[in-house]
Amino acid sequence: MTEQQALFEYLLRLGDSGTILSQRLCEWIGNAPALEEELAIGNVALDLLGQARAWLEYAAEVEGAGRDADALAFLRHEREYRNLLIVEQANGNFADTMARQYLFDAWHYFMLQALCTSADERIAAIAAKGLKEVTYHLRRSSAWVKRLGDGTEESHAKMQDAIDEIWTYSGEMLIGDEADQLLLEAGIGADLEQVKQQWQAHVTATLAEATLTQPAEDSYMQTGGKQGYHTEQLGFLLAEMQYLPRAYPGASW
Amino acid sequence: MVQQHDSNLIATDRRWPEGTRPSTDEIWHLLEEVPDPEVPVVNVVELGIVRELAWNGDILEVTLTPTYSGCPATHFIEEEIGAALNRAGLANHRLKQRLAPAWTTDWITDAAREKLRAFGIAPPQGSASKRSLLGEDPEVTCPQCGSTHTEQVSEFGSTACKALYRCKECLEPFDYFKCI
Ligand SMILES: [Zn+2]
Repeated sequence: MTEQQALFEYLLRLGDSGTILSQRLCEWIGNAPALEEELAIGNVALDLLGQARAWLEYAAEVEGAGRDADALAFLRHEREYRNLLIVEQANGNFADTMARQYLFDAWHYFMLQALCTSADERIAAIAAKGLKEVTYHLRRSSAWVKRLGDGTEESHAKMQDAIDEIWTYSGEMLIGDEADQLLLEAGIGADLEQVKQQWQAHVTATLAEATLTQPAEDSYMQTGGKQGYHTEQLGFLLAEMQYLPRAYPGASW
Repeated sequence: MVQQHDSNLIATDRRWPEGTRPSTDEIWHLLEEVPDPEVPVVNVVELGIVRELAWNGDILEVTLTPTYSGCPATHFIEEEIGAALNRAGLANHRLKQRLAPAWTTDWITDAAREKLRAFGIAPPQGSASKRSLLGEDPEVTCPQCGSTHTEQVSEFGSTACKALYRCKECLEPFDYFKCI
């Protein structure tokens, strides 16, 4: 794997994770439990999509194959997607969505923080901009985990179930592969060992405050999303997300 | 978003005689007439979106820094700025996007903050330091009655840049332009 190939993979992982989570969150529009939550979810989704655009535009340039960010987002097949498995999981109930969001936000926050000092100036700039937005995302999702966890008997039970369910998808974002290693050595990528420690400290503190039980450290972790092996959830999501640009190529309004 | 382009065929707002070139100061003033599409009481210059103006030979280079990554107004603002330059006879321009340093509410001028307040939007309080991002919620003053007896309803408001607040004194809800 060359550095250019690794960089392309790396940018796709960041961009695809944002795109897919954004698409998932949009499924709440019209269904959120309260108007304020609908606005918040919509705003978070918009931030993620904006960041994804910046990552995918850069990915398209690095690839240099004449594809643009739209082609990457809307005209690739499932196996070509490099998003984390956690972001493609179904919304479930509100606790499920917030548990997924929190575990992702905590990773995203420390990841972008690390990328702010990337030797690649473009990556550092996109990360610095995104970090400001993700700071608000993390504040909100950790507040919801605590509020529901340390809430009523029912909300506590639902949040505990949600954490237990999504936990198996939380390991992948902290496990590096060849592309991660190559870019770490080049001073471009994040040190996932460091991100892992920061993530674990944040999650442990938040779950404790939420009076929730943290799943066992040696729990089985699902992996593969970063390499293009997805759960069955992604295909259905893409079918909906890509329908319009595939049915009406070049459509604009 | 529906865009309305000027349909004037021979009328023009051209301000400078053919062959003369305005100074960057004059162009700054021109761009002060371009309103933010979502909060039209403030313009794109006082929001800190226009970062730099420079002549590169015959081409005017305009450097812009977008506010939020996903702000749907970003593209619209670029078009409005381009249209304003075209109308003034400065068709030979290039818009450049600069991401770093990232846009911050610290760049919003004091005059713009006052306009926001008068419009009913509480302007960002203090600077966008780490402390105000991660720390306690800031003390936000109600733009209607001036009371600091307010509470946050939601971290996110009608647009990405705003949070939703409520005044416990006059009971009015209002938007707060949050620090980033
Ligand atoms: Zn008031």
